[in-house]
Amino acid sequence: MRRWLIALPLALISVLASAVPALACAGLIGPNGNIKVTRTTTLAGYHDGVEHYVTSFSFEGGGAAFGSLIPLPGVPTKVERGGAWTLQRLIRETEPIATAAPFRNALSATGQKAEVLLTARIDALDITVIRGGGAAVGEWARDHGFSLSPDAPEILDFYADRSPIFLAAVFDGVAATQRGQRIGDGTPVHLTIPVAEPWVPLRILTLGKQPADRVDADVFLLTDRRPALLPNVPSSGLQLLADTSANARLLNDLRSDVGMSWVPTSAWLTKIRIGSRAADLRYDLAIDPTGVATPSRVAAGLVAPGPALPKLPSVPDGLRLDLIAAAGVMVAGWVAVARIITLRRRPV
Amino acid sequence: MIRGLLMCAALAVTSAACAPAAAAGPTTVEIVLRHSHFEPATITVPAGVPVTFVLKNLDPIAHEWMVGDESFHQRHRTGTEAVHDTRPNEVSVPALSERRTVLTFATPAVLSYICHLPGHEQYGMSGQLTIR
Repeated sequence: MRRWLIALPLALISVLASAVPALACAGLIGPNGNIKVTRTTTLAGYHDGVEHYVTSFSFEGGGAAFGSLIPLPGVPTKVERGGAWTLQRLIRETEPIATAAPFRNALSATGQKAEVLLTARIDALDITVIRGGGAAVGEWARDHGFSLSPDAPEILDFYADRSPIFLAAVFDGVAATQRGQRIGDGTPVHLTIPVAEPWVPLRILTLGKQPADRVDADVFLLTDRRPALLPNVPSSGLQLLADTSANARLLNDLRSDVGMSWVPTSAWLTKIRIGSRAADLRYDLAIDPTGVATPSRVAAGLVAPGPALPKLPSVPDGLRLDLIAAAGVMVAGWVAVARIITLRRRPV
Repeated sequence: MIRGLLMCAALAVTSAACAPAAAAGPTTVEIVLRHSHFEPATITVPAGVPVTFVLKNLDPIAHEWMVGDESFHQRHRTGTEAVHDTRPNEVSVPALSERRTVLTFATPAVLSYICHLPGHEQYGMSGQLTIR
């Protein structure tokens, strides 16, 4: 397995909520009820074999109860509160405010129980990192108030067969209210995760959607070099909105946030916009941060895990386009934001 | 109650008295419920003999196995029963569990089996049962 750490890569992902429903949300019928997480923005960076994963969960108060379930590429060694402005700064970098704002230029066997690896409390957010196969994780989620949509078993297996690590995030509505959190307030979370080959889960964004539903998301990557991607960008459903060297002001701003000292002094910024029918988004985004090799087809979800596959010849020039029909269903789990619809049993 | 009576036109609960001469075919059928699909999705069984259906749900979510004709399914698409455990052609199968049911189909017919939990049929959780 090729290690990416020689490239000192840094990847950023920002998953922005589509209008309906919000990305990154998982259905939850929690003990406190009336909790809804509607938007998650995510950053994942790499340095010396360690992934720094920063995401934010927005509290929405009333209405249906929601939480989030996030596949991870490995077991976190630390879970802590994230910096306050990192995610917003990244969005501003590629979506500058028109009025010249200051930042303008800137285990998987069925029957086994899921294992709780880590728990953390960040503000009013309860974080649980679990390990297990798709069935075990689904069972755990169900036992903890999540109601899973009919596509959940297949998608959980899709990730668990490659990285059986998931993060569940649930707002404590009472605590959020006591803390004075208002609707829309975000809670940033920073995970430190040793990981090998990086990839960005995209298929997870289809969870709970109908085949014709739209999936809209923005993914930011920040790597030491211009990365090679699989599937390539642009391609059907994937637009390339930024493909440039990250400027020093952006990197300095990111580095100045809490817990962000690992941000390198130079990096390549890529922004990818996903706009796809849910039925067509059956792959993930595999990344070669060095830009000189072909990312793993297994990591991209284009083929199922199995015996070691021979490396394809490198194509050094630019981002690769190899959007093969996603016959393979299994995919490695790096980071993902999962939406699991609330599925109340309709009596029949 | 009415539902049960209507179903008798197509199938009958195990009853040796009403069973005609049996045709050849399996009398035990295993159906796996996985990834919100039935495997297999097409089954042929004989009329006039008890057929045991073994329903294995490998998913971490609940499913149900409802067998009947189109009018039966149309009723269940808007039904009100939370759990099915009293009629052999209506079986709730909890997550990661196995259920067995025995049916005797009196006459040849082509029926469907569908999971009527919300969204499951639309996701493709249906199959065809042919009785010969």
